Amino acid sequence: MKHVLFRPVLPVLLAALLAGCAIEPWVKPYERANLADPIMSFSRDPVADSYINHVYEAREGARGAEGGGGGGCGCN
Amino acid sequence: MARREEAAVAAAATERRRHRFGWRLLAAGALGFCLPLTAAVLPEDRADALFHAYSGGGLDVNGPSILARKQLGKFTSLFGNYYVDSISSATIDVVTTASPYTEYREEKTVGGDFLYEKSIFSLSFTNSEESDFSANAATFGISHSMFGDLTTISLGYGQGWDTIGMSTDPEFERKADRQRYRLGLSQVLTKNSLINLNYELITDEGYLNNPYRSVRFLDGSGGYQYQSEVYPNTRTSHALGLKALYYLPYRAAIHGEIRGYTDTWGINGFIGEIGYIHPLGRDWTLEAGYRYYTQNAASFYSDLYPRKDAQNYLARDKELSTYYDHGISLGASWHFARHGWGFIDKASLNLKYNYLNFSYQDFRDLCTKKDAQGRCQSEGAPGSEPLYGFSANVLRLFVSIWY
Repeated sequence: MKHVLFRPVLPVLLAALLAGCAIEPWVKPYERANLADPIMSFSRDPVADSYINHVYEAREGARGAEGGGGGGCGCN
Repeated sequence: MARREEAAVAAAATERRRHRFGWRLLAAGALGFCLPLTAAVLPEDRADALFHAYSGGGLDVNGPSILARKQLGKFTSLFGNYYVDSISSATIDVVTTASPYTEYREEKTVGGDFLYEKSIFSLSFTNSEESDFSANAATFGISHSMFGDLTTISLGYGQGWDTIGMSTDPEFERKADRQRYRLGLSQVLTKNSLINLNYELITDEGYLNNPYRSVRFLDGSGGYQYQSEVYPNTRTSHALGLKALYYLPYRAAIHGEIRGYTDTWGINGFIGEIGYIHPLGRDWTLEAGYRYYTQNAASFYSDLYPRKDAQNYLARDKELSTYYDHGISLGASWHFARHGWGFIDKASLNLKYNYLNFSYQDFRDLCTKKDAQGRCQSEGAPGSEPLYGFSANVLRLFVSIWY
């Protein structure tokens, strides 16, 4: 009897503990269609981006923090 | 000699994550470990063959760049990049103090990404060779996504070893070491917007001069003469950049970037860029952008020193002067073989064009006319010559396949 009562409580308890340290994603997975579109990438074409960064780095004094890949699902 | 920097490592391809929920995550959360809610995946298998061409300011550079990436098993993705610069240079530096030259630079990079749970570890090695310059670099990086894939942090470290030679002196050999530390944060703000924050610290130590370049100084008789540049042996720089992407109500996107820069040579720079991406039907993607850059001169830079050995450090590299440049970019991509063709899943043919215009505020043009022998002549008294400026055209034509 005790075991039957404990069964539904455990997941709730675990979920509550998890919520205590995890931030609830405010953009749900099913709301990420736009973010997953290839046009929402900071680096759609690595070979082309690498080259143009090289052009700028060679002709400008500033360097670094260009940022590489990224975008899409916000995964990078 | 063309400007050399630590060989750039081919950028890691776009990474994406898939979602996976499980009891294990809940249990881990209960134990106080905020394990990620989703798992990471490796970059897509993809190959690019690019032809690049730069022309401006008396410098022509072109060549191929081949980048291929292939996944091995579930947890490893390897890539290789082969890059060539064929250089023909008659820039303002060259024509005023030396002779036009041609040069060939070959760069090879190999690397890999290794997936472990929610993290991707990256390694790469690069070698760049030309007749009077050799560079090797190794990089290590780690990225980790969290908070339901809304946040990704990344750390990176790179080290480079350069060997500088001189075509006119076979005995000349100098060394320079470079270190790069990167910190990145990518954040989803809303279902239509995301940002990317990057910080990078770079330190150089060793021979940082260009052995061919000279500075000019007043000779006391109304004219000027040249002496070799003298740079500090160390340079440390900090750069902080913020990028943003926003998905418009119709299928298109705008992006922007601002980046600040400062270093121990006294250079402070700023970069601003905006762009627009517009898919046209299923098969085309068009893009356009504008970019602006400005910086002040290094503290020891001068276009014309008052006398020989006027100070400890001497530089007349126009990239160390006060100037700004700006330009537009245009691009078009045609997506084909959408339903696969042989081993190819899909493919695209791409053309990107950039127009750049540079305006120097304290670097003067000493080659406004030429004498009968084709030698450069300057106009006006030393220090009152016209300011230098030039424009450049940059072309990138490439085909990409996914397999």
